[in-house]
Amino acid sequence: MAAGGGVVLGGVRRLGGTTLFLLRLLAQCLPALSRPHLLWAQIYNTGARSLIIIMLSGLFVGMVLGLQGYDLLQRFGSEEALGTAAALGLLKELGPVVTALLFAGRAGTALTSEIGLMRATDQLTAMEIMAVDPLRYVAAPRFLGGVIAMPLLAAVFSVIGLFGAQLIGVQLMGVDKGVFWSQMQAAVGMRDVTEGIVKSLVFGVACSLIAVYEGYNAEPTAAGVGLATTRTVVASSVLTLLLDYVLTAAFL
Amino acid sequence: MRDVHYGIGGRPIFRGLDLKVRRGRITAIMGPSGTGKTTLLRLVTGQISAERGQVLAFGRDVATLSTREIYALRRRMGMLFQNGALLTDLDVFENVAFPVREHTDLPEPLVRRLVLTKLQAVGLRGAAELMPAELSGGMARRVALARAIVMDPEVLIYDEPFVGLDPISLGFILRLIKQMNRALGITSIVVSHDVQELSSIADDSYLLSGGRVAAAGAPAQLAASDSPAVRQFITGSAEGPVAFHYPAPDYLGQLLADA
Repeated sequence: MAAGGGVVLGGVRRLGGTTLFLLRLLAQCLPALSRPHLLWAQIYNTGARSLIIIMLSGLFVGMVLGLQGYDLLQRFGSEEALGTAAALGLLKELGPVVTALLFAGRAGTALTSEIGLMRATDQLTAMEIMAVDPLRYVAAPRFLGGVIAMPLLAAVFSVIGLFGAQLIGVQLMGVDKGVFWSQMQAAVGMRDVTEGIVKSLVFGVACSLIAVYEGYNAEPTAAGVGLATTRTVVASSVLTLLLDYVLTAAFL
Repeated sequence: MRDVHYGIGGRPIFRGLDLKVRRGRITAIMGPSGTGKTTLLRLVTGQISAERGQVLAFGRDVATLSTREIYALRRRMGMLFQNGALLTDLDVFENVAFPVREHTDLPEPLVRRLVLTKLQAVGLRGAAELMPAELSGGMARRVALARAIVMDPEVLIYDEPFVGLDPISLGFILRLIKQMNRALGITSIVVSHDVQELSSIADDSYLLSGGRVAAAGAPAQLAASDSPAVRQFITGSAEGPVAFHYPAPDYLGQLLADA
């Protein structure tokens, strides 16, 4: 009972800590924009450097979608709907969600361990002593970089995924190319695209916030930074899936 | 500092500390490991605030200052960290230029001249292009010193500046601390446990023990002191008021109980 209470208290404390941190971080986001080169560097770090893994994963997820979708749809004799099924699946679900999970593993862990090591080697303290707020100089550009990079990565993921689905469905399984694209064009609306963009923006805020928060508050030891990195992956993944359900329900 | 009390995790670090640093002088703060020397520096720079008592910096109570005022205060201070604390994603030049770029809008040629003169002062102008990971410990500390003085602070704080230095770097840092003080009139606070090195440069010194100032005065006065705590620290003996052993159960009893 006492142990359970401790866990709940710890969870509430962390939630409160993260919320306060988010508010302080948001207050520093505007000043951080006055140093655009820091922001560009972070968009490059979290975004451009994740491109290869995002494109590869997108291709394979799209190809699997092509195979499974074709297998399922042809049982009902409606394999011409493959384009629509792949597009909706990628835009609304797989694009934002898988991108967020990959982001947490690739960019989130890098952010957490980088900031955690800066903490452990007194770099953040040194900045404070030099009257430079590390929230503005270190945390805010990394957070903003993640928030901006996530929707772009998700878009790339979906486009490559569609290409993969088309590759399998049309080239391999013989679905008519014209039908594949025209059905998609007719059925997919702006609302579906918006849902994907909103989701990836929300996931971007959540994953970047967790990564920066965990790094910033990591215990300044080797074990502490390792633990913080693990927590980033676990918390980001679970929160992404939870938020995905909430947002899906909201958009229905 | 007047009657400062501070504790970490329920363990009291300071119990009524009184300490004064005079303008334009080198003040040494000595004490065995774990007496809170680093905590003291965190109090002075306003990173933490005292539970009781007052910490005055430039005549103002640090605890009553707003964040903005504390930042303004810190711009008048420079601090040299034990491990240098250089920013690992910037090269040596940019590390030294960092405070200048953050706090001023000086044109690039001026920034360049300013940084190069400071690097020249620590003998590392040739290392401007290197990354912090490529520097030895002594070099990193010299770069950090160049960074600490680039904004021409009124007070310079050194946290354990002599730890792990070879004799050449050590002599160099000692001379630099002295020069910086004599030539530029920078008030210097040196925190260390290297009695010999400190004695050669300090004007005033304080010895901390048990959360209080155990002794104060010129280094020569401290060396001549007959207080047991001071004698133990200066002669480096394990026997004396400061226990070498952490509190433990009876030695023989514990050994035999495990067998």
